[in-house]
Formats: sequence, structure tokens, C-alpha cells
Amino acid sequence: MNQDVENGGRTAQVASMAAQGDSMIKVEGMHKWYDTFHVLKGLDLDVSRGERIVICGPSGSGKSTFIRCINRLEEHQQGRIIVDGVELTNDLRNIELIRREVGMVFQHFNLFPHLTVLENCCLAPIWVRKTPRREAEEQAMQYLERVKIPEQARKYPGQLSGGQQQRVAIARSLCMNPKIMLFDEPTSALDPEMIKEVLDVMVELAESGMTMICVTHEMGFAKTVADRVIFMDQGEIVEQGPPSEFFGNPREPRTQQFLQQILHH
Amino acid sequence: MSDATKREAVLPPASTVGVLGWIRKNLFPSWYSGVVTVVLGYFIISNFIPLIDWALFKADFIGESSADCSGEGACWVFIGTRFDFFIYGFYPESQFWRINILYVIFAILIVPQFFNAVSTRIKMVLGVLGVTVFPVLSFILMRGSETFGLEIIETNRWGGLTLTLVLAYVGIVAAIPIGILLALGRRSDMPLVRALSVVFIEFWRGVPLITILFMASVMLPLFLPEGVSFDRLLRALIGITLFQSAYMAEVIRGGLQAIPKGQYEAAEAMGLGYWRSMGLIILPQALKIVIPGIVNTLISLFKDTTLVLIIGLFDLLNAVQTTIIDPAWRNVAIEGYVFAAFLFWIFCFGMSRYSQQLEHKLHRGHKR
Repeated sequence: MNQDVENGGRTAQVASMAAQGDSMIKVEGMHKWYDTFHVLKGLDLDVSRGERIVICGPSGSGKSTFIRCINRLEEHQQGRIIVDGVELTNDLRNIELIRREVGMVFQHFNLFPHLTVLENCCLAPIWVRKTPRREAEEQAMQYLERVKIPEQARKYPGQLSGGQQQRVAIARSLCMNPKIMLFDEPTSALDPEMIKEVLDVMVELAESGMTMICVTHEMGFAKTVADRVIFMDQGEIVEQGPPSEFFGNPREPRTQQFLQQILHH
Repeated sequence: MSDATKREAVLPPASTVGVLGWIRKNLFPSWYSGVVTVVLGYFIISNFIPLIDWALFKADFIGESSADCSGEGACWVFIGTRFDFFIYGFYPESQFWRINILYVIFAILIVPQFFNAVSTRIKMVLGVLGVTVFPVLSFILMRGSETFGLEIIETNRWGGLTLTLVLAYVGIVAAIPIGILLALGRRSDMPLVRALSVVFIEFWRGVPLITILFMASVMLPLFLPEGVSFDRLLRALIGITLFQSAYMAEVIRGGLQAIPKGQYEAAEAMGLGYWRSMGLIILPQALKIVIPGIVNTLISLFKDTTLVLIIGLFDLLNAVQTTIIDPAWRNVAIEGYVFAAFLFWIFCFGMSRYSQQLEHKLHRGHKR
């Protein structure tokens, strides 16, 4: 009897621990100002492990700023952001701890032009994770194969096309073995014929169970991959829901208007 | 279509190729360009021939004294007799070998940097030795040391080209790292660091070097307690280094500002931290961009070392200037100055060539 209670208690504890552990990102009442301009107005978001989230919204709605707050490229002034159990504060150690676990892919790739593709991929593992060079290179080659450009490993970024560069950027982030991947409009700077090759890599990544937050205008991607679509406007989360509901039956007039505009063209 | 017409279609017209084509295209493309070519050509040739005549054909190379010079051409005999003084200053002749060893080592360190056949790794090793071991070794050898049984030769006996090179080398090796730190400091997020960097840079940049040297030599001793003196050469070195590092900082800051914000963000987002981001990502790119500016500063540093003559150091130019007034020689001023200018030119041109080669080597495809 006593033992049963104890067992039951433990099960509950494990369950609650699991529930806690399942939350990869927790954002509570987060505000951000640029000087006096209120960019983000009290955002709340809970992302669980393996969840795929797509954020969309008109330009200037604060969606990029939002995900840039998650790895502290931008500083928030109010509210809490907890990533993988670590709260983002001014403490530099926490910031670096979180940045190791959060990979980011930028609109303009931001590869390091003075280093080869392979060196781009190995840099952070070697210097931040202290991985031996040999091992880091092997791992980098694996990821370059996964994004389908192992043959470009010895080239410099300037010699690659936009789509190839973006795939290298994805591989570079993956080399740190991050728990979370952030994508900040990864296909917006690409020529149309290169968008697909990048999206294919992202879909493959999503299917592997990576926790992803993706700011994008690729609604096709959102429909096939996302667990949840979030619509932001003027620094607020206006509406969120699974893609079927979000695209099939949007509740808010602002969402309806936005979807009409982007699905029409 | 026959083979002949095919070939004709591929080759450019005969008048645009070969020597004649080149002359036509570059020297006489139109009647007014032709006139300019002729006029400039006349001036160049009419001045160049007498100059060569003076410097080589009518010049006197062998002899001991003023009497061996005919006076029609350059009197290189003068340079020959005073050569030791121009190179070694007042350094005792019995100890010249110490400086000669350093010249040999210096050449071993520098010359391979100019050849592409030498591997990058060897160049790096030589470069690192050049900025670490070499200055220490030079100091021990030149100044002397009782532990090694070398006669002490005070710095006031150093002079000539050797002194010029000491000033320039120490200035270059010290000004670059200080300049990098100042440039980073000026862009720092920390207000105190930023303020100190700005004040430092603006102070040293706002004062003429000649004033700094003069202050270091004349004013500084007034503030020091009696009996404390510090080496005049050292004072000049500190003055030159701080002055040039302020210029260097601004050149490097220009490079830092040219790096897109995305590079800083990508480095940060990977968790590299400040020093690694700077050392691995930002500075390699920024310094590459400003190589021409850095070398420009280094060349002016090299030539500015001549200002030490106002605090009584006998650098190359001062050594030349003191000897040309020797009454035993008639009118050797031109020879003296040409010789000094030639030596300065060799070193400055060398730096310039090296920088161009470096730029070429570091070029990595087209930038994004």
C-alpha cells in the first residue's frame, strides 16, 4: 500500500519532470522597445521538444525581432525567456550556454567569406565545443552530405550559389548539434529556383524531430511541416493554431486579410 | 566556309596586336594623345639621360678622398668612405659583427615572405619568430650583455641605418597590436573602455610627432625625480609607437566598420564569444580590407623615424646630414641625400610590394 503510494508519487514526479523537460522554449509576457518604440508587446509562447513552429506576418510585425530575442541577438526589456531550462538574463555565461544549443539560419546566410565551407562548419565545434579537429571535420562532412553538397567542402562561400550557401549555413548550424533551430526568413534572399533545394533540406530536418521555429512566407512549407502556425502583427501574436485550422478557418479578421493577400499572388 | 575565312573571323585586325598595335593603342590613340606622348617623352628622356650620366657614367666610385672625384659626375667615393658610419653610426668597429649577424637573420626572416614558392606554414613560423625572438635577440646582441660576455654598448652609440631600422621595426611590431586593441576599444559596448580609447586616439593623433619627440626628450626629464633617467632611444620608441598606434587604430576601425553586421551576428549566434568572434571572424576580414591603409601608415612611420634627429639621435638621415658638412669634401650633399633616399625607397617599396602580394594571396573569390 505504502509502496504503491510511493510508486504513484514517483510516476507523477517523472511525469511532471517530463512535462517540464518537454518545454524547450518558454516565453512569458515579453516586451521589447527600440528606444521608445514598442516593438514586441507582451508575447507568450511555449514550444515543446520536437515541435515545429512557423511564424508569419506582415513586414515590421516583429517576427524576426522575436526569434532574435530567443538567442539574445536582441535584448528584451521585460518578461522572461527560458530556453532549455536556462533563463536569458544579462549573465554572459547563460547567454553563451543558450547560444550553443540554439542554431540560427539567417536571411543573408552570413557565411564567413574568408573560410572554406568545411572551415565554416568546423569553426564553432572546434572553438566552442572543443571537438578535436579530425572529429569535427568528419561530422561536418556528414552534415554537408545531408544538405547534399559534400563536393563543395573545399570551396569558399563566394564561389557558391545562394541556395548552396544557405544549405551550408544550415549544415554549419547543425554541426553544433543544437537542440533548437531558428530560421529567420531563410528563403527570402534566394532566387526562385533555389528556394526548393533549401526547403527540401528544412523539411528533411523537421522530419528528423528537430525543434524548429521558422519565420517564413513559404505557406506551402507551413502547411506540410508546421505543428503550429503563429500569425504576428504589430508586435503581438494575433492568432495561432495547427495549419489546417489556421489556413482553413482563420478567426481573426487581420489574419484573414493577411492570408488573402499572400495566397492570392 | 573555308579554313582561311574562319581564322580571319577569329583573329583581331593586325593593326591592334603586337608592338605596333600596343604603341598605337596606348601612346597615339588620337592626335592630342600623340602630342602629350611626344612632349612627356621629350622631358623624360632629356632629364633621364643626364641623370644616368651623372649617377653612373661620369661618376667616380674608387678612391679615398675628395681629390679622387673629378666633379663632373656623382662622387660616390664619399659614400664609400663614410659607409660604415651611415650603416652603424658610432657603434665600435670591433663589434660590427654583432649587427651584421642581425642583418643576416633579418634577411632570412624577411626574404622568404616575398616568394610564393615558400609554404605558408614556413612564412608563419618566420613571422612569429620575427616578432618574438628576433627583437629580444637583437636587443641582447646590440646592447651587449655581461652574462654572454658581450661588451655593453649604450644606445647613444647606435646610429645610421641600423638605428632607423630599430626605430621602424619596433614601431611597426608594437603599433599594430596596440592599434587593434584601440580600434576594438573604440567600438566597445563598455562606455569607459570606449571613452579611454577615444581620448587616447584623439590625443596622440592631434599632436605632431615632432612635438611628441621633443616633449619626450626635453620635458619628460623635468618631471622625473632627480637621478632617474631613462634611455633617450626608449623614449623615442615609446613616442613613435603610441603616435602611430593611434593612426593604426583609425585605419583598422575603418576595416571593422566595413564588415557586415551579419558576420558579427553569425559569430555571436554560434556562441563564439567576443574575443573568438573578433580573432577568428572579424579581424581576419577587417585587416585584409585595410592592408593598403595599414601599409600606408607603416611607410609613413618608417619615414617619420627621421624626425628623431631633433632629439639628437643619429638615424640614417642625421648621419648623412652630419657628414656632408665635412669641409674635407666639396659639394657632396646631393650624393648623401640620394644615397639616403635610395635606402629609404628600397625599404618602403619592399613594404608596398609585400602588401600587394599579400592582398592578392588573401583574395577569396568574389565576396557575397
